[in-house]
Amino acid sequence: MKLTVKSDSLVVKSPQEIILARQKVREYARSLGFNLVDQTKLITATSELARNMVEYGGGGIVVIEHIDDQGQKGLRVTFEDQGPGIADLEMAMLDGFTTGNGLGHGLPGAKRLVNEFEIDSKIGLGTRVSIVRWA
Amino acid sequence: MAKVNTIRLMAEKKDELLQQWIELHLASLSLRKDIIGNENLYRQSRDFIDAFVQAAEGADFEDINRVEWTTVRKILAEISTNRSRQGYSPSETASYVFTLKEAIIRLLQKEYGVQPDVLIQETLTISKILDKLGLLTFETYSKAREEVIYRQQQEMLELSTPVIQLWDGILALPLIGTLDSGRTQVVMENLLRGILSTNSDVAILDISGVPTVDTLVAQHIIKTVSAARLMGAECIISGIRPEIAQTIVQLGVDLSMVKTRATLAGALKLALDMRKLTIVQIGKA
Repeated sequence: MKLTVKSDSLVVKSPQEIILARQKVREYARSLGFNLVDQTKLITATSELARNMVEYGGGGIVVIEHIDDQGQKGLRVTFEDQGPGIADLEMAMLDGFTTGNGLGHGLPGAKRLVNEFEIDSKIGLGTRVSIVRWA
Repeated sequence: MAKVNTIRLMAEKKDELLQQWIELHLASLSLRKDIIGNENLYRQSRDFIDAFVQAAEGADFEDINRVEWTTVRKILAEISTNRSRQGYSPSETASYVFTLKEAIIRLLQKEYGVQPDVLIQETLTISKILDKLGLLTFETYSKAREEVIYRQQQEMLELSTPVIQLWDGILALPLIGTLDSGRTQVVMENLLRGILSTNSDVAILDISGVPTVDTLVAQHIIKTVSAARLMGAECIISGIRPEIAQTIVQLGVDLSMVKTRATLAGALKLALDMRKLTIVQIGKA
């Protein structure tokens, strides 16, 4: 049973707001006592997913949560947009696949940087990605 | 003619009005009296009243954009712009015009206290025009602020991307802050220009001060390295911290075609090797 201890949400529509989201995640990660490597991984994953949201989903909302699972502390970051959605999720999760100009490591890379990764996308409705890293 | 009364009064009792206005204005300024010399304020305000009276005699009160008000607008714009740069608050700046309004109304009250009809009519007319001028100071003030912010942004962009010549043929670019597309463009331009002007063939990009290295930053680095290579220069990326190294590997970004080092010192050593140079100790330290 995962309980939310504390949470914050931010609207992210521009590259500047991606930086703000990163800073917020850093603040949470520090206060939860994440080591530098874990902090960096989580922040980098946030950067990738927030940028995907801005670039392909027209921006959306980032929710940052300090969660607790029977004493185990963790950080969950959820990215939700109301963009066009991802046509082929399996392809999108492959390294090197991109519909834009990027390197194509954003989604699969972010997945490798965290402990839990969930993605849900509906054509025409939007995309929701949720990541968890345990402290 | 309602407006003529006030204007005539302003011209006749100029010194009294000026005195009253400056007193009111200084009182509204709280801690800022030191910044503008009182003498300067006195001169500015007298010029303003003169220009105002002159404009009001020939002009329409409805539209401050008319040519007759040019001098008044110019003086106000100058005051607002200066105050914005000197760090006055918006309300301190706007109070300049609003305290004049108060001073004029007090003058009118003294003169027409027994004729309420005239007093009200005059007050309404003069308030209307002074309110418009007050809004103008506000607009000019924020415009000047925006210019300051824009200039600082441009300065930061320049400041944050210096190109340093470390040795004959070796350049270094210490990158600090977020490496977004705009910054990368500036870095690349500075780097390529530096390579050309110093005839260098090795460039060290130090990313110690870049807080997050994600796929976009990696892509920007790869592009910059490729561009430098086209000009015959080899790039070394330094300042790869342990946590960044682990993250880049897990992300799946391949930086194997780029020469990298953990520290700037390591990169300099590699650069010297590439130029067939060495540092020799010539005695006991």
